[in-house]
Amino acid sequence: MANGIDPHSAALLLARLQFAFTVSFHFIFPAFSIGLASYLAVLEALWLKTGKALYLDLFRYWLKIFSVAFAMGVVSGLVMSYQFGTNWSVFSDKAGGVIGPLMAYEVLTAFFLEAGFLGVMLFGMGRVGKGLHFAATLMVAVGTFISAFWILSVNSWMQTPTGYEIAPDGRLLPGPSWLAIIFNPSFPYRLVHTVIAAYLTTALAVGAVAAWHLLRGSTNAHARKMFSMAMWMAAVVAPIQIVAGDAHGLNTLEHQPAKVMAMEGHYQSHADGAPLYLFGVPDDKAQKLDYAIAIPKASSLILKHDPDAPLAGLDRVAPDKRPPVAVLFWSFRIMVGLGFLMAGLGLWSLWARWRGRLYDAPWLHRLAVAMGPSGFIAVIAGWVTTEVGRQPYTVYGLLTTAESRSPIAAPAVATSLVAFVLVYSAVFGVGIWYLLKLMASPPHPHESGPERAPIRTAGITPAPQHVEGAAA
Amino acid sequence: MSVNLDLATVWAFIIAFAVLMYVVMDGFDLGIGILFPAFRPGEERDQAMNAIAPVWDGNETWLVLGGGGLFAAFPLAYAVVLPATYPLVIAMLLGLVFRGVAFEFRWRDPRHRALWDMAFFAGSLVAALAQGIILGALLQGIRVEGRAYAGGWLDWLSPYSLLTGVGVVCGYALLGACWLAIKVEGSALDRTIRHARIAALATLGAMAAVSLATPFLAGQYFARWFQMPMLVALAPVPVATVAIAVLLWRALGRREEWPPFLYALALFGLGAVGLGVSMWPYVVPQSITIWQAAAPERSQVFMLVGVALVMPLILAYTGWAYWVFRGKVGDHGYH
Ligand code: HDD
Ligand code: HEM
Ligand code: HEM
Repeated sequence: MANGIDPHSAALLLARLQFAFTVSFHFIFPAFSIGLASYLAVLEALWLKTGKALYLDLFRYWLKIFSVAFAMGVVSGLVMSYQFGTNWSVFSDKAGGVIGPLMAYEVLTAFFLEAGFLGVMLFGMGRVGKGLHFAATLMVAVGTFISAFWILSVNSWMQTPTGYEIAPDGRLLPGPSWLAIIFNPSFPYRLVHTVIAAYLTTALAVGAVAAWHLLRGSTNAHARKMFSMAMWMAAVVAPIQIVAGDAHGLNTLEHQPAKVMAMEGHYQSHADGAPLYLFGVPDDKAQKLDYAIAIPKASSLILKHDPDAPLAGLDRVAPDKRPPVAVLFWSFRIMVGLGFLMAGLGLWSLWARWRGRLYDAPWLHRLAVAMGPSGFIAVIAGWVTTEVGRQPYTVYGLLTTAESRSPIAAPAVATSLVAFVLVYSAVFGVGIWYLLKLMASPPHPHESGPERAPIRTAGITPAPQHVEGAAA
Repeated sequence: MSVNLDLATVWAFIIAFAVLMYVVMDGFDLGIGILFPAFRPGEERDQAMNAIAPVWDGNETWLVLGGGGLFAAFPLAYAVVLPATYPLVIAMLLGLVFRGVAFEFRWRDPRHRALWDMAFFAGSLVAALAQGIILGALLQGIRVEGRAYAGGWLDWLSPYSLLTGVGVVCGYALLGACWLAIKVEGSALDRTIRHARIAALATLGAMAAVSLATPFLAGQYFARWFQMPMLVALAPVPVATVAIAVLLWRALGRREEWPPFLYALALFGLGAVGLGVSMWPYVVPQSITIWQAAAPERSQVFMLVGVALVMPLILAYTGWAYWVFRGKVGDHGYH
């Protein structure tokens, strides 16, 4: 490869594993907190508008969960912002001029906003007026969205770089227009798809918690309200996500055709209508799909909107430029399969609602509980598709992954990887356990907020009964 | 030593500002973590924790700005320093993971609260120590060839870097204790004052030792501090340090609320001035100047617009958040 860099070195593999591990763990939390922050803002708005205590109870219930998830998102995100320098220093030097400013904008416009208002949102109910408190909640929700905007712009630029110039020493420099860099061709699709994904992930998690409590006693008014809200989200947003995903795929076909070939399992080109492989076992060595089950011509129909359109396969791509097929083939099917299941759940809930049995449908509730983690799985599967499909590049077509790496010896990378795995498994494992414990206790009237910790002396703001007075 | 107001210089000052903000604001958070085991479980520890719970996230964000800003404005420096201090950066990040989750976890799980208190302490200590050693590693110089770090993965380890590590731990403990002096009452306050005095002595000792050792690390530092006219121009720095140390000591003795913290801030400010004098105009001392590391002009201009527009807003709402949680915390929080 270029510069005599060995693309199969152990240090490279370890650095990739470390990035994949830390970023996947990180993304689990943003996927939840982006959606939950908006849900909290909606609940608080409903409370302010209707004055119904039910909404305040739900707000407090989810606020406790949010505070734990958000803390884990923050600390795992902090790790991410140093990953580029520790393990990918050549990438940082070469691409820093272009993507550094976008990430700096994320810090300035999103992270400070979230962090600045988080304290008031979590602990400030008794200290500021209702209106100001709602404003703080809104700021946190807006902050999570702005954060998604910038980081996805960065990631999309690495997928579909535009608006850059190349310096004589090989560094990538910004061109005259920052808009051309920020609004690169895959960014709008990725932003829409990922933000919807976060909303769906949250809706399914909320729906599962509600369904769990409905199964244990279906009269809980709080659980009913949550379930109804979550199922509306699933019914409306899951189909939108399928449409958005389809559009995203077409955009990818235009800019990263090799990725789509691998997702679809097209080792071979098809001159006259490509089949859609529903199932198969990719064999990268032999470059063929075993045990394939296919719908003739359907792939051409989806991707080209013409059943007879010719479709190129990986046989047209140089062997060292092909992404690994097996991972992509499966991760893509997991995501899409779960997407259709989510839409199915939404439809079922509409039907149950129409028949007036939304709160009295144990099998629907069981399915909703089972689908609780599905958003997280789909989101990780989606990112794996996106990132693995970009290989062998970090900046598509411009900078290979092998060239991007730091001059750090394998033992150092291995040691830090082990440290991350141990610490993350322990800390986030326990954290997720706490989240599940919080979710397992039903929401009830006079729910306490996160400011009131389990033991009286541990609280940070006055008990709820003080709040009304202070907030007036 | 001349300072022209070009873009790279402006950015050097912005990054220095972000790092100093971080050191001061997360410094007191980490300092409280470092002192945590010295407080009695129960009411004292709860007060200490509550003194920072609503603001630590914002404080830590300055570290993201420092790191992210370095990446964006001086990518070459970022690409050299992080590999050179690799194990320290990883240790710092893992320390901050433990520190950050401890706030939430210790309330969620009263039965294991002692464990999370330990995690809070150990995470804070490791993060502070790692930051201090990184500072020392930077000052003693980093081996660079071409555009990359060219040393081994333990080059940072030396008596000097360990000294700066201990110095930062002591300094943070001082900041933490002085912040608590504003926030807590009762037996926790007595304890805080005692710790503040010990930390003040330790910090001054470490500052003196580092100041004596640094000029002998490299020719540049010596020349900068001990040749005319710098010798005269810089003489006020050590003099002011001694004066502030005396004021700090007396303010602690009188149990004043805000003055000790302000004096501690002044000490850190003077330390920063000293550092700036020693390092200028290098980002990686002795090998990479700010101009060599600078991002393309377009990148620096684009970000400068953002900083100019957004930084005043950030300072305003951060100030507001501190205002909301002003006053003593009490053992069950903000009343
Ligand atoms: C689609 C959204 C999204 C994506 C793809 C990422 N993040 Fe993230 N990140 C968020 C959405 C988010 C968030 C929702 O805004 C978080 C979660 C909790 C929080 O504080 O903000 C966050 C937190 C967060 C923090 C802590 C901020 C703070 O201190 O408050 C950092 C430093 C990063 N992220 C950095 C990264 C990096 C370097 C990423 C890529 C490799 C990344 N994030 C992917
Ligand atoms: C069923 C319909 C779906 C289709 C057709 C679809 C399509 C796609 C495609 C083609 C990509 C890769 C784009 C690229 O790499 O260039 C992608 C990525 C992704 N998908 Fe989906 N998707 C669907 C459902 C879902 C669901 C239900 C979720 C989560 C709840 C999800 C979350 C993601 C995420 C997080 C990414 C990575 C970010 C991105 O590139 O946008 N997808 N999706
Ligand atoms: C949070 C969302 C993200 C997830 C879940 C994710 C996931 C992954 C995964 C699974 C890999 C490993 C691919 C492989 O080894 O084949 C990877 C690699 C990589 N990603 Fe991402 N990624 C995300 C966002 C980003 C962003 C926003 C950036 C850039 C700013 C980025 C930069 C990289 C780089 C530099 C690598 C290099 C290692 C490699 O390609 O193997 N990623 N990512």
